This record gives sequence, structure tokens and C-alpha cells, in this order.
Amino acid sequence: MSADQNSNNHDIVFTTKQLSVYYGRQLAIRDIDLSIQRHKITAIIGPSGCGKSTLLRSFNRMNELIPTARVEGQVYYNEKNIYAEGIDPVSIRRHIGMVFQKPNPFPKSIYDNVAFGARINKYQGDMDELVERSLRQAALWDEVKDKLKDSGLALSGGQQQRLCIARALATEPDVILMDEPASALDPIATLRIEELMEELKRNYTIIVVTHNMQQASRVSDMTAFLSIDRNDLEARIGILVEYGATQRMFIKPEMQETEDYITGRFG
Amino acid sequence: MTASVETNGDFKENLGFRQKLGRFFNVLLLICTLVGLVVLTVLLVDVALEGGSWIRLQLFTNYHSRFPEKAGMKSGIVGSLILIGLTGLFSFPIGVGAAIYLEEYAPKNWLTNFINININNLSGVPSIVYGMLGLTVFGRMFGLFEPDSWLVKVFNIPVTTGMQGGWQFDLFGIPGLAIQLPFGRSLVAGAMTMTLLILPVVIIASREAIRAVPPSIREAAYGLGATRWQTVSTQVLPVAVPGILTGMILALSRAVGETAPLLIMGAFTYVPFLPESVWDQFTTMPIQIYNWITLPQEDYRIHLAAAGIIVLLAVLLSLNTIAVYLRNKFQVKW
Repeated sequence: MSADQNSNNHDIVFTTKQLSVYYGRQLAIRDIDLSIQRHKITAIIGPSGCGKSTLLRSFNRMNELIPTARVEGQVYYNEKNIYAEGIDPVSIRRHIGMVFQKPNPFPKSIYDNVAFGARINKYQGDMDELVERSLRQAALWDEVKDKLKDSGLALSGGQQQRLCIARALATEPDVILMDEPASALDPIATLRIEELMEELKRNYTIIVVTHNMQQASRVSDMTAFLSIDRNDLEARIGILVEYGATQRMFIKPEMQETEDYITGRFG
Repeated sequence: MTASVETNGDFKENLGFRQKLGRFFNVLLLICTLVGLVVLTVLLVDVALEGGSWIRLQLFTNYHSRFPEKAGMKSGIVGSLILIGLTGLFSFPIGVGAAIYLEEYAPKNWLTNFINININNLSGVPSIVYGMLGLTVFGRMFGLFEPDSWLVKVFNIPVTTGMQGGWQFDLFGIPGLAIQLPFGRSLVAGAMTMTLLILPVVIIASREAIRAVPPSIREAAYGLGATRWQTVSTQVLPVAVPGILTGMILALSRAVGETAPLLIMGAFTYVPFLPESVWDQFTTMPIQIYNWITLPQEDYRIHLAAAGIIVLLAVLLSLNTIAVYLRNKFQVKW
């Protein structure tokens, strides 16, 4: 898998080393070693329950919100271990934005939704300008510019998800984590999100978890295939099976298991 | 209706009986629903007939009198209103604070479980028990401010004896902040007892309102770099407030109707003056009604008591109406 990876350290945003996550005594993912490249879209694919979301949530320490969760190993963000002692997860999450499976705008106005992250992080600049810029980046500005005071909940599902993307962009993050961002949307709204991801990767690094293999092959540059460890099916432990450039992975995977999954023989 | 589409050898459909049984239960359940309603209606009609014509201006402007035609419940109405005002003031911050802690902060361990179980238990404790508690803790303060207590002797506290005995002092020398220890038979003592009484209900209702806020909202806030308190104060609480207020008002309406704990606390049945401060003695509507019912004359026992009940019910009903209004007006529709 190293053949596909760019060895220039400057182009690596995240590196995980021996990353394992437990929920209580249950091991969810084990010994994940992965490097995420800057300004690329990395897709995480794999069957249900293999720990895709758990891996994604390790990048901004969201797993810690679950009381029993425990993380072992390291995650280096710009060569700094975010699990090192004294690192505050609150500061990490501003730099590493997140978009969730189900659109979850706050029950507030569109403007306040976008401004929230900036306000709590004491943004000093022009708030109106930031809101407009974020909404433009999320390709939502033209649809909402006349109703910024309306509730975010009044928008359609696809618009809500783009609002959530705009909200994440407003804290001026470096990386955007997306957890199946289009799975609750119709095909047209899905297409718009995918186009948006293409746009965003010029300025941001995107890591996206997806169930949809076509989506992974359409939008991503790199693909990580997670699956359940076959040596111990009972324990349901997620491991990284294969990681590489999406084109190669989908045409000529190295592992038989990857090929089986991509061609729909299981999962 | 009971005819089958076709008969089939291995199935004994018995449609007629099954449908009859269904109708039987339909009627039975309807009767169960009506029992409570009918009894309540009878009661309301009876009260209205007995007391309706006694709802007059005197009822609101006069104190209790030796002559039933002149008797009113002014001090009871004012006392009840001040009492629930104070109770709300005390129980809202404490109850909501406890609910926020238990829902958003508390670790899931045996201690939290123990607290949860006991809050539920406390909501079922008879109110008279709270009366005893209030009397000991707030009313008498364990006798710590009596002339011969060790506290008074050790610190040489200038206590007085008599009805309003104990230690009076002005906090920071400001007369408005005068404090009297122990609280005795004052509105403060009554309101604190009522606060203890309704706290479990307030906490449970607030927790339910907080729990009803979708977890996705919290995740969104945390994902943007919000701290726990920022998440709670800016996203969770605003959404939960209508539910919290509804529970709060329903709990207060329970407090309005309480009589027993206040009787134990030593609230007077005959108070011919309005309280001038929260340290004054007081009476409430239910106590006034109770007092009238114990008198031998029919005018007090039946008519005035019924009129008092109508006023009390009107206050309760308006509180509940406010609760419903708040819920409908401010509830977030997802």
C-alpha cells in the first residue's frame, strides 16, 4: 500500500499509528495505520459495523463523547499527536470540522446556524462576511440569501446538509470529516453534495465515510477499505484491509477480500 | 359483518365471537374513561351550586370574619400567590441545575443510579413528611437559635425570645435584606418546604425535557468546537426550556393545593393582615378553606368553602393553561 502514498511529509495531514478504539471492553477497531493526504478526498468504505465511523471520529476526538470509549495508539495531525496529554479536544474540533449522516441544523435561523461556530470560538472578523462566504462555499448562498432569518429546519434535506457543511466551514477548518453525508438524501441532492466535495477539496482535506461504493469511486482520490477481522468473526473487530489510490483499488485491488466487497459479493 | 369471505377447513375463524369481544372491550374501556370524568363533573357542579353565589367582591377584599356575609380570603389569596412565587424562585434554579447535572454531566456509575432512584422515590413521599422536615430544618433550625443552644453560647449571638424569637440581623446593613433565623412560620420557611416538596417533580420533568433534545444537536455543537457548557447553554437549554417551564408550572400548581405541610409548619388559619415582608406569617387558600370547613355554621362549612374551592380551582386552571400555552408556543418542531 505504500506505493500509492506520497512520502512528502508536508502533504500528509493525518497519520494514525496502531490506532485501536474500545467501547467498554469491546474492541471496535484494531491497529489502524493510515496516512491522509492534504487536499485529497479520502473515502472510508466497508461493511456495516466494521468501525468506519469510529475511525472517522478518532480524527477529531468525537469518540470521547461516548463515556465508555477508549483510544489506544496515536493520531498525528500535522505531525502533532492529538491524543497526547494536555491537548484539548475542543481546540481540535474547530480545526477539523464534521458533517453528520443525518442533516442536523440547529433549530435557529440559517444565519445563526452558520455563525454559531464562529461565535463560540470568538471570531473577531466581520460576521456577515463570514456567513456569506461560508454559504457561498457550500453552494447554498443563492438559495437562502433572501431568507437568512428563516429557521434552518425549514430547508429541504439536501439544503440542510449543505447548511451543515457551511456551518462547519465557518470555523475555518483544515479538514472536514463527513460521515455518510448523503445517505439520507435523494439522488439529486446527493449529486450536489458530491459536486460540492470536488469544489471543497481545493481548499480543504476531506475524509468521507460512505456505504455507497459508486460514490466512493466517483468522488474520492484515496480509498481505505475496512472490514471485520476474518480470523475472529465472533469478536467483530474492524481492521484496515487495504488502502490506496481509488482508481487502482477499484480496478485492481491487491486483496481478495477487497475485490469481493467492491464487486458486491459480500457486505 | 361477521360473514367470512370463504370457509377454510383448518381455520376455525369464529368471527362472530371475536368481533363481539372487541366491541365489549371498546365499551368497557370507554366506561373506565368516563368514571373519572363523571365524578369530577358531579363535584364541580355541586361546588358551583353551593358556592357560585358566594363568589362576591368581599371574598377577595375581606379577611376572615365572624359574620359569614363579610368573610373573605384576601390573606389566603395573597399568601398563596407570594408562596408559589417564592417557591418558583427557589426551585427553578436548583431543580434545573440538578437536572442539567444529571443529564449532561454526571458519570454513569452506581452513585448516579442511586441518586436517580432516590429522586424518583422522593417524588412519592407524602407531603406531610416534608412538613415535618420543613418544621425541623427551616422552621426551628434544630433549635440552634434558642437562648440555651451551644451555638448561641459559643458565638454569643444576640437572640431574642417570643413569637418572632431568634436572631434578626440586616445583611450588609441593608434593611431590605433583613434576615431572621430560624425562619419560623414565615413565608420563606413555607416556600422552602414547598421547594423541597416539588423539587423531585421539577427535576424529573426538566430531565425529560433535556433528554428530549436530539443527541444530534449536541454532536453538531461539539463538532464545531463548543465546550460542554457552551453546548448545554446555547443549544440544549433553549430547546428544553418550554418543557422545563411546563413541568415547573405543573409542579407549582401542585404546591398551590398543598395544605398538610403548611399546617405542620404552623401556618395560621386566621391571618387578618397581609404580609409586609417574606419574613411575615401567612395563610394560604387551602388552609382558609380547611378552616371554614371545620366551622359549625353552614354558611362557612358549605357555601364559603365551596366559593373558596372555586377560586382555588380557577387559579390552578389558569396555571395549567399557561403551561399548555407555553408548550405549544415555544416547542421546537423537528
